[in-house]
Amino acid sequence: MSKSTKTASKRTKGYAGMTGADLFHKMLLEEGVEVLFGIPGGVLLPIFDSLYGTSIKFVLTRHEQGAAHMADGYARSTGKTGVCIATSGPGATNLITGLATAYMDSVPMVAITGQVTSALIGNDAFQEADTTGITRPVTKHNMLIKRAEDIGRAIHEAFYIARTGRPGPVLIDIAKDATSNTLTDEPDLTINLPGYKPMLTGHIRQVKAAAEAINASKQPVLYVGGGVIISEASEVLSKVAHRGNIPVTTTLMALGAFDESDPLALQMLGMHGTAAANYAIQECDCLIAVGARFDDRVTGKVETFASNAKIIHIDIDPTSISKNVKADIPVVGDAKDILEKMLPMIKSKPRKDWLKQIAKWKKAYPLHYDTGPKIKPQQVIESVGRLTDHDAIITTGVGQHQMWTAQFYGWRKPRQFITSGGLGTMGFGLPAAIGAQFGNPGKTVVDIDGDGSLAMTVGELVTAVHYNQPVKVVVLDNCYLGMVRQWQEMFYERRYSATEHPCPDLSLVAEAFGAKGIRATDPSELDDAINEMLKHDGPVVLAASVEPEENVFPMVAAGKSLHEMDMGRLV
Amino acid sequence: MKHVITALVQNTPGVLAHVAGMIAARGFNIDSLVVGRTEDPELSRMTVVVIGDDHVLEQVRKQLEKIITIVRVRDFKDIDYVERDLMLVRVSAPPEKRAEVVELANLFRGRIVDVAKQSLTVELSGPEAKLEAFVDMVKPYGIRELARTGIIAVQRGEQRAKEQKENGKGKNA
Repeated sequence: MSKSTKTASKRTKGYAGMTGADLFHKMLLEEGVEVLFGIPGGVLLPIFDSLYGTSIKFVLTRHEQGAAHMADGYARSTGKTGVCIATSGPGATNLITGLATAYMDSVPMVAITGQVTSALIGNDAFQEADTTGITRPVTKHNMLIKRAEDIGRAIHEAFYIARTGRPGPVLIDIAKDATSNTLTDEPDLTINLPGYKPMLTGHIRQVKAAAEAINASKQPVLYVGGGVIISEASEVLSKVAHRGNIPVTTTLMALGAFDESDPLALQMLGMHGTAAANYAIQECDCLIAVGARFDDRVTGKVETFASNAKIIHIDIDPTSISKNVKADIPVVGDAKDILEKMLPMIKSKPRKDWLKQIAKWKKAYPLHYDTGPKIKPQQVIESVGRLTDHDAIITTGVGQHQMWTAQFYGWRKPRQFITSGGLGTMGFGLPAAIGAQFGNPGKTVVDIDGDGSLAMTVGELVTAVHYNQPVKVVVLDNCYLGMVRQWQEMFYERRYSATEHPCPDLSLVAEAFGAKGIRATDPSELDDAINEMLKHDGPVVLAASVEPEENVFPMVAAGKSLHEMDMGRLV
Repeated sequence: MKHVITALVQNTPGVLAHVAGMIAARGFNIDSLVVGRTEDPELSRMTVVVIGDDHVLEQVRKQLEKIITIVRVRDFKDIDYVERDLMLVRVSAPPEKRAEVVELANLFRGRIVDVAKQSLTVELSGPEAKLEAFVDMVKPYGIRELARTGIIAVQRGEQRAKEQKENGKGKNA
C-alpha cells in the first residue's frame, strides 16, 4: 500500500447506493474482523441493523470498559487488532479507561463510537459528548466522520495506523446520519496519510555500532520490553543472548519473551524485580534495551540506573529514546529487524566471570516466601503455574497479585501474560481474559485477580456465561486493597486508611451469575481446587482466602536505586 | 531558550487542538502559535514559538512528529531562517503629537493604516526585536490597542511545501 501521498485515487465501483452502515459492515469484513465487543445504543441503530445476522461474532458486554479490555486482551493474545464499539456520550466515555490502558501498553485496537447526527454536533444533544476531544490524549489517532462517503477510508486508515509502527488504539467517531444516509458518490477508499511513515528497519550503521559495543563489553545485560513481544522477536532475541552469553531481564510487559527456565534468564527487573536482575543492571558495563522505555517502575532512581553502562537503546518510537535515560547508541526501528541484522555481528563469547557472578546472585537471593497455616498468595500462583504446565494464557488485575503472578508463574513464551503495565488498570483481568479466550478457543485462559480489582469489572462474568467462554478466575481474597495496604504498612506506620473492605464470598457471586464457584481456605485443598477449576468446561471462579497481610518482596521503594532493594523477611 | 518550530500539517479539523494539547500536556507555555494555509490546499503551516531547554524541546519536536496529521516538523535551532511578526498598534496621537508618531512610524518603515482625531494606527512587520523597539518608542504617547500575529518563519532556501511533503523524511510512528 502506498501511504505517502494521495497519488492515484482508488475510486470503487458499486458502493454508491449502499447505506453508510452497510459500507461500515463491509469494511470490517474486508479488514478481517472476527470478533466485535460492545454495546448498542441510539445512534448505533443503523450499524446494528446492518450487523444483524453478520458473520462477525458480536459480543455483548456488561459495560463499555469491559468491551475495550476484551478487545485489548484479544489483541495482546493473538497479535491481531482488537475491535470494540460503543454508543455516543456515556458509551464513549466508558471506553476511556480501556483506550488509555491500550495506549500506554501499545496495543493495536480500533474503537468505534457513535456520534449524534451531524447537524446536532455541538448542541449539547441527548447523549452527546465531544468524543474526539476527550480521547485525543489516550489514542494514537482519532477522527470524526460526518459523511457516509468517508467511512471506508476512515476504517482502512484506522486499522493501518493501529497495527503499524508502535501500535496503539485508534478511535473513529461516526455521526448517526453518516451511517443512515445512502452513499450518493462512489467513495474514495485510498489511505491519505502523508504524515505517517513508521520507521521499520534499523539503520545499519547504528546496528554495527551497537554490536561493536556489545562485543567490547565484559558484563552486558539485555533489558527487554514489550516491544519484543509486539514485533515477534523472541526467537532471535534468544539467539542473540545465547551467542553472546548475555543474561536477559524482562520488564513486566515482556514476561514470556524469554523463557524463564533458561539459565540466562534473570526474570523481571525493577521495583519488584529479582535481586539478580537488579544487581546485574547496576553492575553491567553495557545495557541493551530492546523495545523498552525506561519506565520509572523499572529504573528506580534514574540518576543511578545502570550508571556504569554504555546504553544501547533499540526502539521503534523515537520519542522513547533518551526520554528518561540518555542513550549512547540509539537504534530506531523494529526490534525483530534490528536483532536479526545484529545477530551475525555478535561475537560468540563465554563471559564466564560475569555468568558466575550472576549465578551467585541467583543462588543467594532467589524469589522466596514462607508457607504458613493460611494459604499464601505466592503458593496459589506457583500451583497454577505447575498445574497448567506453565502453558496457560494468564491475565491479571493490578496490585500485589499482579506482582506475585509476574514473579511466580514461570513464563515460557510470548503472548502468554496479559496485564495492564503502563496505566495500571484495576479491573483489567476478567474482561481481558474473556477477550483472550475469544481469540484462543480451546486454550486455557486464567485470570489471576485480586478481590479489589475483580470487583471493579465482575459484571463481565455474565458475558463469560452468556457466550460460554470457559475462562478461569483465581481470586486471591485478602479483604484489602493489598498494594496500597503494603505501602501504608511500610511507609505510613500501618495506618490502614481506606484499604480494608468487606469480603463477599466471590464463589457464591459466581454461582449467582451462572458460573461455577469454588472456594479454598486451607493450603491442603489448594491443588485439588485448582484441578477442579481447570477441569470444568465453563467459566469458573476459584476464591482462595489468602494470608491478608502478605507483602511483595523484593521491593525498591519509590525514589531509591535498584540496588537498595528491601528483601523483606528474607534477610 | 526560544525555539521556533514549524510544522506542516494536514488541513483537517482537530490538528490545532492536538498540537496545543500535546504541548500543554508537557507543561510548556506557547509564546505564539500561527496557522495558515500553504500553496497546497491540503496542507497548512503552523509556526509555534516555545521557550524551554534543548533536551525537553527535542522531546516536544519528536512528539509533534508522532502526531499522525503532522507531515513534517522543523526546529529552526540550527537552521538559517527568516521570521516575521505583524503588528497593528493604535497610538494616542492628538493633533500636536501626530507628526512625531508619523515620523517614528516612518523610521521603522511602518505604515499608517488608520487615522482618527486622537489616534493613529500603525502597521509594522519584522522580526520580534524590531517590533518591540517600536513599542518602546511609542509607549510614552500612549498605546490604546495592540495586536500581533506572532512569528511566522520559513527557512532560507528553495524547498517548497509540496516537495517537503513528498520527501517528508524523518517522520516516525
